[in-house]
Amino acid sequence: MKNVMENIVMGKTINNKEFSAATQNPCKLCSPLGATLLFRGIRGAFPFLHGPQGCSTYIRRYLINHFKEPVDIASSNFSEETTIFGGEKNLFEGIKNVYKQYNPELIGIATTCLSETIGEDVSMMLKEFLREYSSEIQAKIVYVSTPSYSGTHMDGFHNAVYAVVSALAQHGNKLQNKIGIFPGMVSPEDIRYLKEIADDFGLDRVMLPDYSETLDGGPWKEYQKIQQGGTSVNEIASLGHSSAVIELGHTLETGKTAGTFLENNFAVSRFSTGLPIGIKLTDKLFSIFEKLSNRKTPDKYVRERERLVDSYADGHKYIFEKKAIVYGDEDLVISVASFLFEIGIIPVLCASGAHTGNLKRVLSEIAASYDREILICEGIDFENMYEQIQSLDADFMIGNSKGHYIAKKMGIPLIRIGFPIHDRIGAQRILHLGYRGAQQLFDIITNTIIQYEQDSSSVGYSYM
Amino acid sequence: MNSIQILEERKSQIHCNNGEPFDIKCEKHSIAGSVSQRACVFCGSRVVLYPIADALHLIHGPIGCAAYTWDIRGSLSSGPELHRLSFSTDLQENNIIFGGEKKLYRALCELIDRHDPNAAFVYATCIVGIIGDDMDAVCKRVSAEKNIPVIPVHSEGFKGTKKDGYRAACEALACLVGTGQTDSISPYSINILGDFNIAGETWMVKNYYESMGVEVVATITGDGRIADIQRAHGAKLNVVQCSGSMMYLAKIMEEKYGIPFIRVSYLGIEDTSAALYNVAQFFGNEEILTKTDNLITAEVSRITPGLDKYKNKLTGKKAAIYVGGAFKAFSLIKTLNCLGMKTVLVGSQTGNKDDYRKLKEMCEPGTVIIDDANPLELSRFVLEKNVDIFIGGVKERPLAYKLGIGFCDHNHQRRITLAGFEGMINFAKEVYSSVLSPVWQFTPRMEKERSAL
Repeated sequence: MKNVMENIVMGKTINNKEFSAATQNPCKLCSPLGATLLFRGIRGAFPFLHGPQGCSTYIRRYLINHFKEPVDIASSNFSEETTIFGGEKNLFEGIKNVYKQYNPELIGIATTCLSETIGEDVSMMLKEFLREYSSEIQAKIVYVSTPSYSGTHMDGFHNAVYAVVSALAQHGNKLQNKIGIFPGMVSPEDIRYLKEIADDFGLDRVMLPDYSETLDGGPWKEYQKIQQGGTSVNEIASLGHSSAVIELGHTLETGKTAGTFLENNFAVSRFSTGLPIGIKLTDKLFSIFEKLSNRKTPDKYVRERERLVDSYADGHKYIFEKKAIVYGDEDLVISVASFLFEIGIIPVLCASGAHTGNLKRVLSEIAASYDREILICEGIDFENMYEQIQSLDADFMIGNSKGHYIAKKMGIPLIRIGFPIHDRIGAQRILHLGYRGAQQLFDIITNTIIQYEQDSSSVGYSYM
Repeated sequence: MNSIQILEERKSQIHCNNGEPFDIKCEKHSIAGSVSQRACVFCGSRVVLYPIADALHLIHGPIGCAAYTWDIRGSLSSGPELHRLSFSTDLQENNIIFGGEKKLYRALCELIDRHDPNAAFVYATCIVGIIGDDMDAVCKRVSAEKNIPVIPVHSEGFKGTKKDGYRAACEALACLVGTGQTDSISPYSINILGDFNIAGETWMVKNYYESMGVEVVATITGDGRIADIQRAHGAKLNVVQCSGSMMYLAKIMEEKYGIPFIRVSYLGIEDTSAALYNVAQFFGNEEILTKTDNLITAEVSRITPGLDKYKNKLTGKKAAIYVGGAFKAFSLIKTLNCLGMKTVLVGSQTGNKDDYRKLKEMCEPGTVIIDDANPLELSRFVLEKNVDIFIGGVKERPLAYKLGIGFCDHNHQRRITLAGFEGMINFAKEVYSSVLSPVWQFTPRMEKERSAL
């Protein structure tokens, strides 16, 4: 696998440069993290990493710093002997201990680079385990392979969605009104909003994952072994009866996804669209909802859209042809860039640590449709990004909190979105999606630019 | 709270100080399926070496280990800030199949050319040995070519606990010690071991020693510099804090260079004063002793008035402590006592039997003493003991907040100095600002308490 960076002008590759052997300040995370997060969105589920202790502790710490919620992840705690003789014993004991202590409805097992490298055949082991212990362990066990040396946390996330759906979906009578929604790795607030929209369309929806409560809940009277909320195993099973499934994220347009699994094995109609950020992409999602529900968009959302258009008019001058650096997970970068284009901002650099070709594929088309030249970088790290930014004269950055040091060095504002946000409160409650999310993003972006100019002006205008 | 069962295998790692015979089990590998607050060997090495600011820290493995430890500690530097960057060989599937040595070599050369560090540490992650990379050979080659020390740190995550990571880090440091010039070092000289300059604590402690007339040769590793570490064997005494991580180095230096060591803590008035006195007494020089006396008297009288305000408000409040190394817990208990507070739960990730025995002696009957706890156990006991504040690291923070309990970060992510005399005031203020905050009134725990009245 060769890491290449491609500078693209209007969809044409003008320069290929080999990336260095060293990564400095990574713009991606490892795949078990994504799988763990997915399992956190299933009711009564407990994530379990098959590997050494450090992986689960590091991932816990990383997620806790973002969500500000306890995130318990079990580990099979590989030792030197485990590594030599194999992890079966630890896996079995681990599952039994988790079951005894937490009484989960589902145990979500993800592998690590260590267990993958020593060649553990986890699915064989689990078959063996179920043969021996199925009478004792009532929990469902789902397994996903997440070698950290392959792909990013997003692959871990989507592979886990696939693993859960393919393991649990059941055949049954088709229910016309029932749909599945796979929102991708979005914020708890985004999930709440998507649920609200689907409910307002009168659809019977199954959201996978749904960590809107488990990772953004209230205070506790006593310790919750597993946070309340999430999509139940039964609901996931019922995806096999649904008439349609909506997958959000341009990266899921091609390849093997949970949606294609349902389409191929359960004759579920699959709708794939990008993360609905900004008017254009949100319109696409609403037209899918209209089609599936056979209803018009509820008035509430029509008003949201109208207010949004109105605000676009109010703010357009302050932001026109401002230059933005957009970075982070591919799906978010693509959709945010699309949103920036539609409000007149140029996303001069769009970058992700992932390297799947999707960023280039989708963004070069969007850029061409606006007749703009932008730089698209896949497989990037923050150091490469910093080098690229030098000549771009950008006005602001928009992405996760890890780019803060660059924004600081460049003396430009950073607007925090996505994951992770480790240096602010409220990351769980950032709304990116839909008309309402676009409204919030639009106000924040416009005001950030106005504030920057106000603060750096000697006059300090008191009107816009 | 009886719904939370303590696993049979875990019971021997918990001691309720109720007069039963003391036989706590510790230094055990965490059991499979537990949600331990511990990390791994790599973590131990990484946190110890992390603050060395003019060295390159390259993590050889897939991206996770580097991503999760990027800028992870609040360790400050007075100069270069190489330590705040995250370097990885980001091994991919083909490297797993064909080996990662070439990539490691290229990455090292590239990064050394780019950053011109004074040394490089190369950390082994879990899979390095398994894919058969000879990290030592690559390090040796690059060291010869680039003419700087390139030191392999054998920190494969699964090869033990965090403590083994401390040992690997100390072994790496020991490769540097003894390679520098020691002329012109004062006969009254020390190394500060085991302070990591979180929020500038090493600077503060170094100032104390310098104003006592004692030369500080190397600070290991807070605000650490390779050249200082290389001449650390010229110091007459090693002053070791956070003994869990640095005792190995102190012992190596005692054996190899005959440098004695003392264990200290800079947490709280009592322990800070004791540390400074012990150093002064070691040298037995009148002038140093007088200066130390003056320093301590001045500092204590400076901070005492400020402390009373907090003490008045905090007296009688109950605390839970969960820390990495048990040594820190000793100081915390004393410091809390000094504020009129009581410790009702104390535990550590890596304490040994002697540590726990000492904790038992320091604590009142009824105090829960716990080794390698998990969130379930911690929450069960903090609720049972109705604590007002939890003192721990970032993994414990949301647990405390969820249960409506105040929290004080005592780990490496914090930004406030808690060491020394100044730190005593900061610590009191930290505890005070969480315990006395009005926000808890809305949480179920306080509502329950209110309705019981």
